Amino acid sequence: MLKLFKYLKPYTLQLIALIILVVAQVYLTLLLPDYTAKIINSGIIPGDNSLILHTGLLMLGISLIGGICAIGVGFLASRIATGFSRDLRTAVFSRVESFSLTEFNKFSTASLITRTTNDIQQIQLVVIMVLRLFLMAPITGVWAIIKAYNNAPSMTWIMGLAVLVLVLMIIVLFAVGLPKFKLLQKMVDRLNLVTRENLTGLRVIRAFNNEKLEQKRFDNANEDLTSLNLFVNRLMVILQPVMMMILNITAVAIVWVGAHEIGSGTLQIGNMLAFMQYAMQVIFAFLMFSVIFILVPRASVSGQRVAEVIETKPEICDPEKPIKSKPGRGLVEFKNVTFCYPGADTSVLENVSFSAQPGQTTAIVGSTGAGKSTLIDLIPRFYDANSGEVLVDGVNVKDMHLEDLYSKVGYVPQKAVLFSGTIKSNIKYGADDATSAEVKKASQTSQAEDFIKNLNQKYNDPIAQGGTNVSGGQKQRLSIARAIIKRPEIYIFDDSFSALDFKTDSLLRAALKKETKNKTVIIVAQRISTIMNADKIVVLDDGKIVAQGKHQDLLKSNLIYREIASSQLTEEELKGRTNAERTPA
Amino acid sequence: MSEEKRPTPPAGGSPQIPGHARGAMPGGGMARGAFGLVEKPKNFSKTMKDLVFYMRPFWTKIIFVFIFAIASTVFAIIGPRILGNMTNQVVSDYTRMVAYDQVVSKLPKGTSPPPGTTIGDVIAKLPASATPKITADKLNAIKFISLNSRPSIDFANIKRLAIILIGLYLLSAILSYIQGWIMSFVSQRITYNFRRDISEKINKMPLKYFDSRTHGEVLSRVTNDVDTVSQTLNQSLTQIVTSVTMILGILVMMLTISWLMTLVAVVVLPLGFIIIGMILKKSQVQFKRQQDYLGHINGHVEEMYSGHTVMRVFNGEKKSISKFQQINNILFNSAWRAQFLSGLMFPLVNFIGNLNYVGVAVLGGYLAVKGRLQIGDIQAFIQYVQQFNQPIVQTANIANVMQSTAAAAERVFEFLSEPDEVPDTDKPVVIEKPTGAVEFDNVIFGYDPEKVIIKGFSAKVKAGSRIAIVGPTGAGKTTIVNLLMRFYDVNKGSIKIDGVDTKKMKRQDVRKMFGMVLQDTWLFNGTIRDNIGYGKPDATKDEIVAAAQAAHADHFIHALPKGYDMELNEEADNVSAGEKQLLTIARAMLVKTPMLILDEATSSVDTRTEQLIQKAMKNLMKNKTSFVIAHRLSTIRDADLILVMNEGNIVEQGTHDELLKKKGFYASLYDSQFTSAAVE
Repeated sequence: MLKLFKYLKPYTLQLIALIILVVAQVYLTLLLPDYTAKIINSGIIPGDNSLILHTGLLMLGISLIGGICAIGVGFLASRIATGFSRDLRTAVFSRVESFSLTEFNKFSTASLITRTTNDIQQIQLVVIMVLRLFLMAPITGVWAIIKAYNNAPSMTWIMGLAVLVLVLMIIVLFAVGLPKFKLLQKMVDRLNLVTRENLTGLRVIRAFNNEKLEQKRFDNANEDLTSLNLFVNRLMVILQPVMMMILNITAVAIVWVGAHEIGSGTLQIGNMLAFMQYAMQVIFAFLMFSVIFILVPRASVSGQRVAEVIETKPEICDPEKPIKSKPGRGLVEFKNVTFCYPGADTSVLENVSFSAQPGQTTAIVGSTGAGKSTLIDLIPRFYDANSGEVLVDGVNVKDMHLEDLYSKVGYVPQKAVLFSGTIKSNIKYGADDATSAEVKKASQTSQAEDFIKNLNQKYNDPIAQGGTNVSGGQKQRLSIARAIIKRPEIYIFDDSFSALDFKTDSLLRAALKKETKNKTVIIVAQRISTIMNADKIVVLDDGKIVAQGKHQDLLKSNLIYREIASSQLTEEELKGRTNAERTPA
Repeated sequence: MSEEKRPTPPAGGSPQIPGHARGAMPGGGMARGAFGLVEKPKNFSKTMKDLVFYMRPFWTKIIFVFIFAIASTVFAIIGPRILGNMTNQVVSDYTRMVAYDQVVSKLPKGTSPPPGTTIGDVIAKLPASATPKITADKLNAIKFISLNSRPSIDFANIKRLAIILIGLYLLSAILSYIQGWIMSFVSQRITYNFRRDISEKINKMPLKYFDSRTHGEVLSRVTNDVDTVSQTLNQSLTQIVTSVTMILGILVMMLTISWLMTLVAVVVLPLGFIIIGMILKKSQVQFKRQQDYLGHINGHVEEMYSGHTVMRVFNGEKKSISKFQQINNILFNSAWRAQFLSGLMFPLVNFIGNLNYVGVAVLGGYLAVKGRLQIGDIQAFIQYVQQFNQPIVQTANIANVMQSTAAAAERVFEFLSEPDEVPDTDKPVVIEKPTGAVEFDNVIFGYDPEKVIIKGFSAKVKAGSRIAIVGPTGAGKTTIVNLLMRFYDVNKGSIKIDGVDTKKMKRQDVRKMFGMVLQDTWLFNGTIRDNIGYGKPDATKDEIVAAAQAAHADHFIHALPKGYDMELNEEADNVSAGEKQLLTIARAMLVKTPMLILDEATSSVDTRTEQLIQKAMKNLMKNKTSFVIAHRLSTIRDADLILVMNEGNIVEQGTHDELLKKKGFYASLYDSQFTSAAVE
């Protein structure tokens, strides 16, 4: 948390100026009661009208300058706080952009989003409050005490007592309240969770006739939240009346004690009134100051969350001495690779060895949880293998410059991801310098051209955030086009044809075949028909490779593969393909 | 462990920090309304009427709250006046002491004035030249002072006043607290009622409403909107009353002291209001811009984080960061302006306060010299002027608070007044022992009544048969499920179960006859046991284990940290998608129903596991009518009836062989699975 302060460094000068202005503002504000005393002692009592007017004008000038100082403080505070949060936001964002999936899993995407947005807003809010209001509090407090003391040293104890009572009350309130606040947050979360579940599960709830049960769950959460909230509220409403009472009774005490002092001739009336003003300033200052103790913990939670992100070094980064990869053709080799997710106790991949040759299609099949996606995630280093090596053209991926590695890989994820922009900007995402002809070619290959043609603005048709305005199948085709246009050496398709109907699927594979002639193609697929013509099929089971080979061989030799295949195809179809033997995928 | 474990943002789009329990934080209110963005309701007065009506169970309590608030404020306002009188007593007694001392010191030494002599007598004997400074007023104040004994401060009276004051302040504090105590209850209960009503409403509304909206929208009703209303009730409602009382009360008290001074104090007010109004307006514009760009930046963050791997592998890091910085800079430019403008309020109000303060001090001093005002009055005035600012800023802002409250309340009321699902018939038919024979009788349906998609579909399904629903993506296969389960009702025609029109039954009873496994695996934040037992809360442990075994889930459940007692976490991502699917299957296995709906049920389960499940399903499906939706043609090959759907409508029906012979849509769909050769 404290480490975040280094982001204030560029604002040192502005901060100094701000502090000077705050001091000036406090100084000027605290001059006023002194002048009031002067008006009373030397103006009213002796009946000197010109002194009153003179002093009055002076006071006017002082408040004007004070006001200007305050505006200056506001200006600087806004600039510093929003500038600080801007820098912090950039720092967090850039850091997250360099994360690997390990860090994404550690924090979760949702949490990273919150940390980059809301948490920083929270921090900004508190920084601005501190700069604008609370910086003034301690300065005012100390200075007003001195001033009050100068006016009526014998009455300072009243002020001290008032502050003591106030502070005690606040401490007690928050000692009782603070743990409840945390609990409150939990209950709010709980209520949101139940509501969200209720909404996402509407069909299931109604199918099981469980509306009443859900109502009960919601009611419990609602009741818990309400009663705790009530308690906390009732606790906190103590603050205002008691605070006012302390202020008022302090004033009474000052006049009471002051009267005695005046009676014995040790105090002047003007000074008593000035003392009262200062005492109020002191109490308010302490009050303000105590609010910091409410705000800062809130900000510090956000601060910690933000700092955590900034301090996390991505596990996967450029090697110190990158080995320039040979301009090979995209040979991918796995040598005794074992991988285990951080924090998990069983490994997802165990001793995996295979190679994917250029000019060939290598398919990876296996049941859910067999580690198919994890396996291909290791090629572009979304994760690093715990042991063993992943080699591209003979170079360990860990020794390669990341950008270098990425440029070799055309990756099509399982869940097609598009970014806001246009169709064109999405296709060109990995190849900024691609020509319109290349864009067209890529979309022809990916079978996207047909639907793009029908759009109002063709290639310039907008894509909404998250690509919500195109269908799942269209998204997949665009994300395939995006990979093709890069002309990578290695194509990775992670179950990328699932949202396509069979017809488009086969058309696409046929078109792709030409495009990928000399390239390495790695496909993860559920549909046997998609991969049955692959040059090599790697069968993965429970993180281990149980067989490698061609469709026909595996059908005969491997039980697991046979089960998978026969669940989708009839004996006839399986054989039918054998006789034909014409189409590699 | 596999791809399914990758974190995904929660449903409903943008994640939000839930709640933040703003209402409970004393400092929390500062950031809202006053300086933030104000939303405008569509119909302010109607919403306010609705809101007042909604609060009717609490009307008497609220009236008490108002009475206490007013009383508490009045008592507090009287205070400074009495304190001023206390000071006046001190000052006048002190003046007399000083006058006495001065006169006595001027008398010749040793002489003592005869009894009954007053200062007035002495001064009258002196030549006018000796007393140039004594004004007529001052003379009046001191001339009756007896010279026989030194006057002293009247501590008895001061003590009396002090006790009255302390009493008043105590009373005020107690009343204020009682007011807060009651109001907390009222606002919390109303909030509770709002939430309860919304949640009940959710369960009563037709699915149509939710299918056309994001969950985030509805969720925001329950959280943000209700919070806004709650906060206003909790803070602003009594604030309005106290502020108005305070302004009026202070005005009255000031007028009783000096109308001229009151005039000076009040004359700056319109100026204050105008300035505040102008600033609020200006800062609104900036806040709107800030909000927009905050939205943009959040959008970019969300997009880039959820597409992280793609961004990385396409070397988009620099591009993404530079776009971020661009938006971030624009955001900074509007953010600091918004903050600065809203921050202007404080120094300006302060300055107006100081202006008042100086005016009071100068004019008060002048009047005091004239003898038309006493020092204690000036002191009281200063206190009043200082207390005046806060309620004025508050009232200036109340309009905004009310607006945003009304906007929030309006959305809640709108939601609550959405039409309910058509109620069940009065005399529902109950099928005692359903066999599961289903008949579609000329079913006509469209999600939009204007746009019919199912144009007269008829079919008879024998009990215990298997019906496969096939078609390309987006063909509307789930429509059949929606109609069977009565999530939606048919426009015309009917669906009959054992010859009874489902519309003549209770929805509950219709749904009881179906077991359902949806493509979207919904599980709730609870133990695995509770999730499997969801459809049968009284299921025994053995029953649950048996269901899990039948769904081939038992094995992986045992491998989990606490087995059947493991809590699924909030995103239910501590089990994989495939495992989730198995759990929903187990859940459906547990309830014994004559009919079964499988909606792409096994799509995320690998084919091998699926095969095992299907073996178990086959046993389960014995004597059950089952409706299966699947992409995989192999799974529907042995169906008794295939319904082929395209563009919402059922275009063909028949068995696999029949349909292939027909060489229609189904045939081409089927062929395309193995046509890569033809394409070449």
